[in-house]
Amino acid sequence: MHMPDGLINAQVSIGAAVIAAGAITVGLKKSKGTLDSQTAPLAGLVAVFIFAFQMMNFPVAAGTSGHLMGGALASILVGPYVAILVMTVVVSLQALVFADGGLSALGLNLLNMGIVSIVVSTILFAGLMKLLPKTRISIIGVSATVAFISVLASAGAFVFEYSLGGNATYNIASVLISVMSVHVLIGIGEAIITGLTIGAILATRADLVYGARKFLPAHNLLIKESVVA
Amino acid sequence: MSSKKLFLIGLLVSFLVAGFFSFYSSSQPDGLQKATAEQGLDLTVVDSANADSSLANYGVAGIENERLSGFLGGAIGVAVVGIAGTGIYFWVRTPKSGETK
Repeated sequence: MHMPDGLINAQVSIGAAVIAAGAITVGLKKSKGTLDSQTAPLAGLVAVFIFAFQMMNFPVAAGTSGHLMGGALASILVGPYVAILVMTVVVSLQALVFADGGLSALGLNLLNMGIVSIVVSTILFAGLMKLLPKTRISIIGVSATVAFISVLASAGAFVFEYSLGGNATYNIASVLISVMSVHVLIGIGEAIITGLTIGAILATRADLVYGARKFLPAHNLLIKESVVA
Repeated sequence: MSSKKLFLIGLLVSFLVAGFFSFYSSSQPDGLQKATAEQGLDLTVVDSANADSSLANYGVAGIENERLSGFLGGAIGVAVVGIAGTGIYFWVRTPKSGETK
């Protein structure tokens, strides 16, 4: 999903960079001092974890691979604002240090793999959890579903950006079909990894999962918090 | 499980995935590469300005042994992201005086 340089023109790349910079500023402001001494270490760890799993390409169809993107995972684990910082660190270092993803396409990559994915995941997670029983199984199922859709959203964002400023000659309908069909498969991988990771942490330390804290109030710490609020 | 233990397990898993298991990562083009090539969109793609940097493609330039090169690339990556992640940690954590415990 890392876009190389030259795919999309300068105007759209700059526009994406401006939007990304705005979102990062919001993330920096809203996340400052929001996690306690228990949950804060998770924020840094999530960045390392997503970076590592992004190196692991899994085969999805003949001659194609995919890897975890992590926007959904990050937003469920540490909340949307901290997730923006996490994805910014991961995607920026990939481009700057490892030449994975173009430098002029950095704004586009931050937008697609970070911001779009986080916004879609956060809204969808909250919406689906409203409808379902507040159990551990629901949280895992919703996490996997949200992860799947977040990949489609990132892929859709790419197609939209390409339609605005693609450098080659293209037929947007066939670009859409081509990009979306392969990302349906990659989305399944994203759903599996996200569901398993969230499930593993829920089983051990449910109180550390941002998305679950509101729904699993059995934990002492949370009862204290809700009294204060 | 203590958060310290969970944290160490998470770090260990990340290190193993980045350093060792990534060797078995599929080298086929990813979904976007595949789709853009299929549609002829990759004709305009240019190499990133740092495409021949010594850590490009998660390996270390000059090391012939692919396994070692990939291991070092992954380990350096985990370290670099870990340092930046520590920055996130200090940014998002509640200052000691403000802790309600």
